[in-house]
Amino acid sequence: MSEYCLFCHEEITSNTNWSSFFKVKTATYLCPTCEAQLIKIEGDTCNICNRPLEKLEPQFVINSRCLDCVRWEEDEEWKGYLLKNESLYEYNTFLKEIISQYKFRGDYILAKIFSTNIQQKLISDTLFVPIPLSAERQFERGFNQSEALIVEAGHSPTHLLERTHSEKQSKKSRYDRIHIPQVFRLKEGRDVADKAILLIDDIYTTGSTLRHAAKILMHAGAKSVSSLTIARS
Amino acid sequence: MNFAVLREKLVTEALLTTPEITQAITSLAEIPQPPTNPNFSFNRELQKLLLGKQLLIDEIPYSLEDIQSHYENGYITMRKGITLNKNRPQCERCGNEDQSLFATFPCSRCREICTYCRKCIMMGRVSTCTPLYGWGDENDLQHTDATLDWTGTLSSGQQHASNQVIEFIKANKELLVWAVCGAGKTEVLFEGIHHALSEQKRVCVATPRTDVVLELTPRLQAVFPTIEVASFYGGSEDRQKYSPLTIATTHQLLRFYKAFDTIILDEVDAFPYSVDEALQFAVKQARKDNSSLIYLTATPNEQWQKECRQGKREFVTIPARYHRHPLPAPEFVWCGNWNKALTKGTLPANVMKWLKHRIDTGKHALFFIPKIELIPKILPILQKLHPDIEAVHAEDPNRKEKVKALRNKEIPLLITTTILERGVTFPNLDVAVLGSDDRIFTESALVQISGRVGRSAQFPNGDITFFHYGLTESMLKARKEIQNMNKEALQKGLIDVE
Ligand SMILES: [Zn+2]
Ligand SMILES: [Zn+2]
Ligand SMILES: [Zn+2]
Ligand SMILES: [Zn+2]
Repeated sequence: MSEYCLFCHEEITSNTNWSSFFKVKTATYLCPTCEAQLIKIEGDTCNICNRPLEKLEPQFVINSRCLDCVRWEEDEEWKGYLLKNESLYEYNTFLKEIISQYKFRGDYILAKIFSTNIQQKLISDTLFVPIPLSAERQFERGFNQSEALIVEAGHSPTHLLERTHSEKQSKKSRYDRIHIPQVFRLKEGRDVADKAILLIDDIYTTGSTLRHAAKILMHAGAKSVSSLTIARS
Repeated sequence: MNFAVLREKLVTEALLTTPEITQAITSLAEIPQPPTNPNFSFNRELQKLLLGKQLLIDEIPYSLEDIQSHYENGYITMRKGITLNKNRPQCERCGNEDQSLFATFPCSRCREICTYCRKCIMMGRVSTCTPLYGWGDENDLQHTDATLDWTGTLSSGQQHASNQVIEFIKANKELLVWAVCGAGKTEVLFEGIHHALSEQKRVCVATPRTDVVLELTPRLQAVFPTIEVASFYGGSEDRQKYSPLTIATTHQLLRFYKAFDTIILDEVDAFPYSVDEALQFAVKQARKDNSSLIYLTATPNEQWQKECRQGKREFVTIPARYHRHPLPAPEFVWCGNWNKALTKGTLPANVMKWLKHRIDTGKHALFFIPKIELIPKILPILQKLHPDIEAVHAEDPNRKEKVKALRNKEIPLLITTTILERGVTFPNLDVAVLGSDDRIFTESALVQISGRVGRSAQFPNGDITFFHYGLTESMLKARKEIQNMNKEALQKGLIDVE
């Protein structure tokens, strides 16, 4: 429990009344005003990528699945690798600001905002695998934002992957992103046979990063690969 | 990033060729500074970037090898980004000592638990393994003669203040220029800046708002055409530029260190009291030990006013506008419990009458309200008077368009929070404040709001009305201050008797 909102620095005044007195205190890191701006993903969502379906035109939804995921699953090269993605919140302007301050400005402590929620999603008998950064990027930022989400939720990350080259792929087209031969490779000496794996990342945008990682892990013998992200854009 | 100490020099870990003991810069007892090697051919672009600055490694687009060799030859300096005072961290860039604004993280650069400052994180992270880089030789670069290209004339009030500014710049002292809204304070600076530049001094005009930087830069560039003005604000492209005349947001002052012979600080009062300390720290860091500091404001805070009266602070007033007409003083009008009226979907009768009169006569107006939350209640009421009426607030993405629409007379009246209390001028305007007894309307806010009226020489008069449900100290003080300025201006012959 911090006294001040981690984002806007307003003092958090806790209303202690009798009902809250008996409840288990959960940590609060945001003031109510900021907290209210985080919108949980609810309602009907794509059964793979967790995208809210009500925001899509009907022609982009086929049997509870978004058209993007339908296309991934129709592609012989990609089908069946990523079992399911779960995202905590909608990627609205507010969350965008938080993530950019967290990731690009390097305000590490903001990871705590999501710790309680992430903790609830991290179930045992699963390996929690952060999406790796290249050595240069990791030095630049000072920390890996995906790894920090696992650590701050009280778990240990398992480092299974490494980058084959640097991250600068955001400007490439969908075609390019899908057809880069390999973004990641399995770290030497890691055994993933029959392991259930949960990939952790900050944002699910096109899903291509997560699917690249899932493909490597499934080929290495993993039992299943799912993913958890803070935001679904 | 860690360093090893080898032969009384720091060596960046990444450049070590043999295994050595390394540590974060904050843990070093002392930072060795090698003597200047006069035979070293240093990079002049790097000098321009670092002279009078305190930058992070990420802000220096040169290789680690370049930076290391300039340090080893005594050109680049390093300071600790965070120092520890009895184990309590203090940020050397922004002065933060508030422990709730520090956090820790497992750092990939030093592979330890690093403590970082959250207060200035928007300018890049300063942590216990972060050096602040600067330039050793503090002598400024010689600049070409700055000619003053301005043909206007100063009013006698402006001229008096301008002379004072020159004197204080010469003497490297602090001066408060207390100029009423619409006095023409920018012109008052021209001669002083010109004088400073002619003595090869480095000058900075700093202001809290980016808008003002953007407006001042071309204006000062036009009057000082022979030098290149550099402009610093979030996202500006002049970061690499070195100039004898820098226009910067007060925020950007954090990137400077012992840089300026003269700092002119505009709108010192535009800050909430809490950030004042941080600003004072930034200004102190950015100015040279021997330098002048000129404060410009229309509304000094109470403390400063007191210091002026007690003779503890040097100041000069410009009590009149350049057009020689007195400042319109606010009229106080009691309007009862307007909040209650609002719940019934209306406003008090005298308020409605005031609004209706502006619309009927086509006189443009600003209508100040105390809270953004009131907009959804008030806007529909006013739109019944005229459908084109709009409302603005700080987060309104269309703020600029709406202000422009009022200026172009496309809309008759704008409802606004205190966001428009300063900076905007409209030639012919009436102003009303609803609930002027609200806490948000401080003395300085009310003086600034009143200062929107009668700005132009063609329309030097206008109506300024405070609708209230009980008088406040702030209201009385604001009116008193305006009346005092008018009295002083009259005595000094700075306004014409009508
Ligand atoms: Zn908050
Ligand atoms: Zn989907
Ligand atoms: Zn700081
Ligand atoms: Zn560090």
